[in-house]
Amino acid sequence: MRDEDIAVVEEMECVFSRPEALTDKAFHYCPGCTHGIVHRLVAEMIDEFKLMDRTVGVCPVGCSVLMYDYFECDMIEASHGRAPAVATAVKRTDPNRFVFTYQGDGDLASIGMAETVHAAARGDRITIFFINNGIYGMTGGQMAPTTLIGQRATTSPSGRDERLTGAPIGICELLSSLKGVAYLARVPLTSPKNLKDARKHMRKAIRAQLEDKGLGLVEFLSTCPVQWKMEPIAAMKHIDENVVKVFPPGVFVDCVGDLQK
Amino acid sequence: MEKVHVEVNRCKGCGLCVEFCPRHCLELAAELNAIGYHPARNHDAEKCTSCALCADMCPEGAITIHRKKRSKSA
Repeated sequence: MRDEDIAVVEEMECVFSRPEALTDKAFHYCPGCTHGIVHRLVAEMIDEFKLMDRTVGVCPVGCSVLMYDYFECDMIEASHGRAPAVATAVKRTDPNRFVFTYQGDGDLASIGMAETVHAAARGDRITIFFINNGIYGMTGGQMAPTTLIGQRATTSPSGRDERLTGAPIGICELLSSLKGVAYLARVPLTSPKNLKDARKHMRKAIRAQLEDKGLGLVEFLSTCPVQWKMEPIAAMKHIDENVVKVFPPGVFVDCVGDLQK
Repeated sequence: MEKVHVEVNRCKGCGLCVEFCPRHCLELAAELNAIGYHPARNHDAEKCTSCALCADMCPEGAITIHRKKRSKSA
């Protein structure tokens, strides 16, 4: 019996496990929050491109402020919104490094808008992973620049009013006019198929930096089940039904091209 | 060895793996784990094909997938 058991064990192979670039620490995020998914995707990319030894990540302020605890690579904590400026400094000081920033919409599209736009205009060789969930999650659900018209937040209790607070900012549309951007794409994180697309976009955004083409940015349409006051699955359906109408997924700029086979 | 191994005390019971399992072989357990959530578990290992879509959607990175080694000739 025992020999047979060993034979069965030997026949199994691991097809999916936690990426090596992630530490063993459990995430502090709320149940169903897509931050965990994007963390894992970023870690998978670091493993895939074998960049662990030369990666510097720049953390934002927001829910993911503690993300330096979760990655094995070097991480820097930037002040609110200034992650692209810090990443620019790291990249220019040591161009051999792979530098990425990981930012939410309150960080990148609100207080850090100037840093984002100017890093893109300069075409700094950094990669930005932008988590757009349309709300300030950590601080208690206030309205963000990317909040949808009519969406309720603690600072827009009867729904966002366009006349009063303007329309949501599409970061990809905004940055697509700038020459320094080499790769720009938006993807919802609502199904395994979309995660596959997300990986394709992330590979190109990373290659934009590694092949010295310019800035790469991937925008992830993410959920915030707690502040949206929805179940995690209902929140994903909300993205598929409503959010993608305002923020259409797709590739906005692609100066990277496909790999030669 | 299990096909779907859920690290019970990492799971927060969000139910995304249950929703995206194409063969409906995952469920949330009735009992609580150490952090106070109902963890996911594979209740039908026969139906499971080790497609890893549950692990792909897991926000906690709590799922490890094993499958039978495929022979090269097949």
